[in-house]
Amino acid sequence: MEFHSALPIYLQVMSFIKRDIVNGTLKPGDKLPSVRDTAIQYAINPNTVSRVYRELEIEGISYTKRGMGTFVTEDKDKICQMRAEMAQELVSGFLEGMGQLGITAKEAIELIHQSSGSG
Amino acid sequence: MLECREITKNYGRKTAVDHVSLKIEPGRIYAMLGPNGSGKTTLMKMAVGLVKPNAGAFYYKGQPIGIESRKEIAYMSTEPYFYAWMTAKDIGKYYEDFFEDFSMKRYRDLLARMELTEDLKAKSLSSGMMAKLKIAVTMARDAKIYLLDEPLNGIDLLARDQIISSVLEAVSSDVALVISSHLVDELEKIVDTAIFMKNSHLVEVCGAEEVRIQQGKSIVDKYREIYGHGGEELC
Repeated sequence: MEFHSALPIYLQVMSFIKRDIVNGTLKPGDKLPSVRDTAIQYAINPNTVSRVYRELEIEGISYTKRGMGTFVTEDKDKICQMRAEMAQELVSGFLEGMGQLGITAKEAIELIHQSSGSG
Repeated sequence: MLECREITKNYGRKTAVDHVSLKIEPGRIYAMLGPNGSGKTTLMKMAVGLVKPNAGAFYYKGQPIGIESRKEIAYMSTEPYFYAWMTAKDIGKYYEDFFEDFSMKRYRDLLARMELTEDLKAKSLSSGMMAKLKIAVTMARDAKIYLLDEPLNGIDLLARDQIISSVLEAVSSDVALVISSHLVDELEKIVDTAIFMKNSHLVEVCGAEEVRIQQGKSIVDKYREIYGHGGEELC
């Protein structure tokens, strides 16, 4: 797994996990791997993983069952909302990049149509 | 957990470690960083009593280090320290005799993961194989503190992944690891805290995530800041 070394690792791992939830690799109610297994999987510090799990819980994306582990939320609305937010973030970044090239939103949409072969 | 206060070591006129105070807390992984000759190895050797300080001391759980602390502190030195005639199996037995917390099962497991066999003789090992063997025999101990001096030196990429996994498996809420290295970016993601040594002094101790969060910098960036751009130590 490639990380950006100057950005907080916990935020990067949070987005990997959110992406897996949004695209269905992780399903509502699925158990997340243990802190140690996740640390080994991503080759990152275990305390960073603990922080990831804490933050996901605060955001309502996961919950902990005492002595059982951490699970993906079963709240489908929450997952839809997260999907919309993540998509919105990508779109904003994309439009900002296009703006820096002097390309308007309208032209950008045209380009998307062309690349995806439906224009 | 492990602590040194104002510790100093001179070799003749040269000061190897100069008034260093440091605390190692359980549940954390530390990177001890600095160019060759900055005092990392001497500091580690003093923590296990292999080098006697000229001033100051190391304490483990509040007591001066000694026979008792050695039972719970596993140290891996840079230089190989096995007799040439020993096989990997002999080395395991040697450790088993020395350390109560040594697990032969875990040792065999680690050897297999490092793709080493028990019949290999110490003298026939390449430097990379020796590095892997040293890690296997050290991490097969169930210690509270692991001090690893340059564990990633001369090791190929795949073996490096194995070593990093074995490090991550070892850490728990009552265990600490200190890894010295000049391969800064290898340790970037796995450590809690970076300890920077320069010219026998401790220059800075900082949390890796804190540096990224508060300063938007990587540990490699910090390394450049502290040691300037004389980058031959930087990989």
